[in-house]
Amino acid sequence: MSDHRFRAETLAIHAGQIPDAATGARALPIYQTTSFVFDSADHAASLFNLQTFGNVYSRLSNPTVAALEERVAALEGGRAAVAAASGMAAEAMALMTILQAGDHVVAAGALYGGSVTMLAVNLRKFGIETSFVDATDPAAFAAAMRPNTRAVFAESLGNPSLVVLDIAAVAAVAHAHGVPLVIDNTVPSPFLCNPVAHGADIVVHSATKYLAGHGTTLGGLVVESGRFPWDNGKFPGMTEPSPGYHGVKFFETFGNFGFTMRCRMESLRVYGAALSPMSAWQILQGVETLPLRMERHCGNALKVAEFLRAHPSVGWVNYPGLADHPQHALLQRQMRGASGLLAFGVKGGVATGVKFIESAQFMSHLVNIGDTRTLISHPASTTHRQLDADQQLAAGVQPDMVRISVGLEHIDDILWDIDQALAAARA
Amino acid sequence: MTDDIATLRRILKTCKTVAVVGLSAEWHRPSNFVAKYLQSHGYRVIPVNPRYDSILGEKSYARLEDIPEPVDLVDVFRRTEDVLPIAHSAVAIGASCLWQQIGVVNREADAVARAAGLDSVMDRCVKIEHARLFGGLNWVGVDTKVISARRPL
Repeated sequence: MSDHRFRAETLAIHAGQIPDAATGARALPIYQTTSFVFDSADHAASLFNLQTFGNVYSRLSNPTVAALEERVAALEGGRAAVAAASGMAAEAMALMTILQAGDHVVAAGALYGGSVTMLAVNLRKFGIETSFVDATDPAAFAAAMRPNTRAVFAESLGNPSLVVLDIAAVAAVAHAHGVPLVIDNTVPSPFLCNPVAHGADIVVHSATKYLAGHGTTLGGLVVESGRFPWDNGKFPGMTEPSPGYHGVKFFETFGNFGFTMRCRMESLRVYGAALSPMSAWQILQGVETLPLRMERHCGNALKVAEFLRAHPSVGWVNYPGLADHPQHALLQRQMRGASGLLAFGVKGGVATGVKFIESAQFMSHLVNIGDTRTLISHPASTTHRQLDADQQLAAGVQPDMVRISVGLEHIDDILWDIDQALAAARA
Repeated sequence: MTDDIATLRRILKTCKTVAVVGLSAEWHRPSNFVAKYLQSHGYRVIPVNPRYDSILGEKSYARLEDIPEPVDLVDVFRRTEDVLPIAHSAVAIGASCLWQQIGVVNREADAVARAAGLDSVMDRCVKIEHARLFGGLNWVGVDTKVISARRPL
């Protein structure tokens, strides 16, 4: 006899939250407390030794935050997850748990600008070097591998490049070298894409985007597949006694959630980018409707892409949900939809693009994505302005690119605002 | 082999005395983690390890057959190839469950236990399953796969 397998729509509502043991509360209680009492000195010792599971201090774990962690782990088909104060914090925690000074990373060039900066500037300060390669070419990942490479990092769907990564092919490259594939799955969300099912070992999210969906709350997650062989000799931090945690061997002791435990006890606990219980609760209110929202985001975005492609003021449109997009077949193999994110160029170049953005009536000019509201931005002058012109092109950012995160307003109203803003921009 | 939530819950609720074969006296070893956890959750742990006189305050026995009291569950921290005789011993002493820990998968032993009417679990950890089904594992972000509208009891 085996257990029933629940689908994403059910997991989005139920995973990680059964009625509260103490009160029977059906909705998730907000455990807004910094600390938790010990039953005895022996209980305290067992908790600190990790011999028993329990809560000590909300920088390490918190029952409200844990509900979000389990829910996203379940939606991703992963073994376990740990939450962080933002998507960037989650990405930093994942990489710092894997890497140490002297290590090398192979990363997709088409990445969110903040991720490029973390790898190219900040981790470099700690003696970790990154090679950036063409995200559309798995052979480029293979060619960049070195003996000291310890991670491969890429986005499942590039922001804002919309490059679709061949996850299985890049996972095969990483695994041939005995290193994990880390995927930023923020843009598709776990409803549209599960990188673990295609071979990814670690998945990171900015929960600020589609997972929360309401544009009110920052948060991030690190998800572990539970399948990576951390005892292959390349990751002594997973197999040797932890000097930071009195000799615990994380992989031996916790097995297929050993990475998550080490990320929690060595990265979250030490660097302290913990998610607040209130924020976790707000994100979970959004997660419950993730499947419904993603279907509408995808449907609206496809209609926007078709409208823009036919519009005389638009030079180009990039949306992998369009059937003639060169990566459409790959997208269909890996994802249920292409998300609400698309990019296009307004005829007339940068100045016309900026005028388009400033002419919108309800489409908001800001740099977030994945909100209920339709959002527009000019990446070259905002999210990616820290990069030089070559880095911008490598990240898939053309000077005239306008990014739209298509929201949940009525499609006719979205198309109306786009049309009137294009008219104003070209006037 | 047993693998579903309902049966695992029944085993962990009905078995109260657990013989831990291969229990280490070193506090940071996984077997010691499990035994300590079981003690703190109301289980009687009986160590089976000829190298020690006592572990975690309990007398240690060389073999399952030496234990002078009834045993409900035999928890095996040994290499897969060493499990078959332990399965025969578990049947001989009247245990109701043979439990092979994570990474321990002896199918012959599983067949011996089931043929004798015992519950048989493989490649799972008693501590992790207890914490998964009765609370605790959820606090460290693990997907417990428990979907329910009832309080955890």
